[in-house]
Amino acid sequence: MTNDVLVFGEIRNGELKKVTKELIGAARLITEGTGGNVDAILIGKDAGSAAEQISDFGLRTITVAGDGILDNYSTEGYAKVFSEVVKAGSPAYVLLGATAMGRDLGPRVTARVDGVMFSDCVDLRFEEGRCVVKRPVYSGKLFIEIAPEGEWTTFISIRPNNLPPAGPSGGAAEIVQRPAGVTAESIRAIATEIIALSGGRPDITEAEIIIAGGRAIKGASNFRIINELADLLGGAVGASRAAVDAGYADQAIQVGQTGKVVNPKLYIACGISGAIQHLAGMRTSRVIVAINKDPNAPIFEKSNFGIVGDLFEVVPMLTGEIKTML
Amino acid sequence: MKILVLLKRVPDTEARILINQEGTGINEQGVKFVINTYDEYGIEQGLRIREQVGGDSKVTVVCMGPGEATELIRTALAMGADDAVHICDPALGKPDPFTSAIILAKAITDEGFDIIFCGKQAIDDDMAQVQSILAEMLDIPQVNVVAVFELSDDGTKATVRRRIEGGDEKVEARLPAIFSCEKGLNEPRYASLPGIMKAKKKEIRTKTLADLGFGEVPGGTRSRVLKWLPLPKGAECRMVEAEEMKDAVAELARLLREEAKVI
Ligand SMILES: Cc1cc2nc3c(=O)[nH]c(=O)nc-3n(C[C@H](O)[C@H](O)[C@H](O)COP(=O)(O)OP(=O)(O)OC[C@H]3O[C@@H](n4cnc5c(N)ncnc54)[C@H](O)[C@@H]3O)c2cc1C
Ligand SMILES: Nc1ncnc2c1ncn2[C@@H]1O[C@H](COP(=O)(O)O)[C@@H](O)[C@H]1O
Repeated sequence: MTNDVLVFGEIRNGELKKVTKELIGAARLITEGTGGNVDAILIGKDAGSAAEQISDFGLRTITVAGDGILDNYSTEGYAKVFSEVVKAGSPAYVLLGATAMGRDLGPRVTARVDGVMFSDCVDLRFEEGRCVVKRPVYSGKLFIEIAPEGEWTTFISIRPNNLPPAGPSGGAAEIVQRPAGVTAESIRAIATEIIALSGGRPDITEAEIIIAGGRAIKGASNFRIINELADLLGGAVGASRAAVDAGYADQAIQVGQTGKVVNPKLYIACGISGAIQHLAGMRTSRVIVAINKDPNAPIFEKSNFGIVGDLFEVVPMLTGEIKTML
Repeated sequence: MKILVLLKRVPDTEARILINQEGTGINEQGVKFVINTYDEYGIEQGLRIREQVGGDSKVTVVCMGPGEATELIRTALAMGADDAVHICDPALGKPDPFTSAIILAKAITDEGFDIIFCGKQAIDDDMAQVQSILAEMLDIPQVNVVAVFELSDDGTKATVRRRIEGGDEKVEARLPAIFSCEKGLNEPRYASLPGIMKAKKKEIRTKTLADLGFGEVPGGTRSRVLKWLPLPKGAECRMVEAEEMKDAVAELARLLREEAKVI
C-alpha cells in the first residue's frame, strides 16, 4: 500500500459536484500526514471537461473514464473501472461524497478490493499514522470517532457541506484516459433516466438554505409561502414527516430520520414541533430558526433563534422584510 | 419465486440513545428494539411480490442478531413471511458490515434466492453498506434506496426508481438482484390476529457460526471505535420578541443578515 489518497470526483449535468473540492481538501489534510500524493478519478459523460475544473488543484493525476458505456450510471460499470484504478494505484485512502452515487458505489468497490469503509463522515483528522473520522450513528443521535485498524485500503464517504472546499494550488495534473473495460452485456442493472422532483430548486441535501414546513401548514397549496421565502433566498424547501404523510409535500423533501439528513447553513422550521426523528435530520444545521405558535415547542431548545407566532403571519412578513434588505 | 428479506434488530426511533458509563457503546437498558424501519418496507415488498407472482413463491426472512431478535422475526412471520433463518451466535457481538455480509452471504447462498430485499440503512450503525458488500460477494446487481418497484410479467427483471439528489433515477435490473428499500416504497401491513396465530407454527431455523461452516468470526478486525461522543449542546435559543410582530420579524431578518451572516 502507498501513502496516497484517491478522490472520486462526481459529475452531475456536466458540472463537477461541489463536494469534490471538499474531498480534495480532506485528501490534502491526509497527505500532509502521510506525505503521499493526491490523485482523482472521474467517471462518466463530461469526465474530460470536469477534469479541467480541478486540473490546477495540486493533484498528481486525474484518471478520466468517459466511454459511452459509462454515460448512464451503473454500479457495475463504475465499480469495474474504479476498483481497477484503486488496485493499480494502491492508495491508503479513497474519498467519496456521501451522495446517492458515493453511498451506492463506495461499499461495492470496498468489497471488491477487500478494504474497509466509513460512511457519512462529517469530520476527519490525521493522527498517529492514520486517519480518524467522525461519523454519526443511531441516526444522528450520537457520534463516534473511528479509525482503520491494520493494512486495509480505507474508503471514507464524506457528507457534503461539512468540510471547507480546496482551491487551486498550482501545478498541472496529468490526465490519464482509461477505457471502461466493460461490455453492455456484463452490466445487469443500469440507470435509464433521471426524473427531477425538486421543481428547479436545489436539492435539500446540498442546499445552503432550507425553509421547512410542518403539519401546521395544513394544505399543499399553503406551501406557497414557504416556497416564496425559499426562492427569494435561493434555498430548498423541506418538510416534516407529518406534512409528507398528510400529503402536503413530497416524500423526496422529508427531513429526518426516515427522510433526508440535511446540513445547511440556515434552516428555518415553520410549524414544526421538533420531534426527535425530525431533529435527527437537521440538527447539524449551522443556524436554526424556529417559527412556532407554541412557546413550549421542543424545536426551540435546538434553535439559535425563535419567534413565537403564527407562521401564516410571520413567514410572509419575513419574506417581505428580507426582500427590502437584499 | 424464492424471495429473501433481510431483517436487523435495532433500537426504536423514539428511543433516547445515551452512551454507557464505560463509554464503549450505548446504554441498552430500557431501550425498546424493533425491526429496522427500512427493513419493514423490504418485508412488505417481498410479500407483495409473492402475491403478484403466486405459485409456490415463498418469502424467507434472514436475520442475524441476538436471541431477542426471535420476537421481531415472529412479527415478520405474522405479517405473512413463510419462514425464517435466524443466525445467532454469542461470539458475534456487534459485527461490522464486512463480517455481517460474509456470514449473511453464506446463509443466503445455502437458502438460494431469486430476489433479495433489505433496508437502505440500519438505523443503529447507519453504515448503509451490508447490502452492497453482499451484492459483490454474491455476484449480483444491487439497487439502493428504491422508492418505486415494478417486477416484469415474466419475473426476470425489475424496473425501479431509486432516490437520488433532487429526483429519482430509473433503473432496469436483471434478476437475481438485491434491492435496498427507502421509505415511501409501500405502506407496511400490520400483523393480523390470525397472522399472529399462524406465525407461532412457522419454522425459524436457528444457525450458529459453526452450522454455517465458520470456525471463528470471519472478516477480520478492520476498524476500531476510539470514542463515543454525545451531540454538542445546541446554543441557547434567542427568542426574538417585540410589541408588534412586524418589529420582531424585522429584528430576526437583521440578526440573520448581520450577526449570523447566513442571508
Ligand atoms: C419510525 C418513525 C420515523 C419518523 N421519521 C420522521 C422523519 O424522518 N422526519 C420527521 O419530520 N418526522 C418523523 N417522524 C415523525 C415524528 O415523530 C413527528 O410525528 C413529526 O416530525 C411531527 O411533524 P410536525 O412537527 O410537522 O407536526 P406536529 O408535531 O404536529 O407539530 C406541529 C407544530 O406546529 C405548531 N403550529 C401549529 N399551528 C401553527 C401556526 N399556525 N403557526 C406556527 N406554528 C404552528 C404546533 O405548535 C406544533 O409545534 C417519525 C416517526 C416514527 C415513528
Ligand atoms: N445483522 C443483520 N441481519 C440481517 N440483515 C442485516 C443485518 N445487518 C444489516 N442488515 C441489512 O443490511 C441493511 C444495511 O445495513 P447497514 O449496512 O448496517 O446500514 C439493513 O437495512 C438490513 O436490511
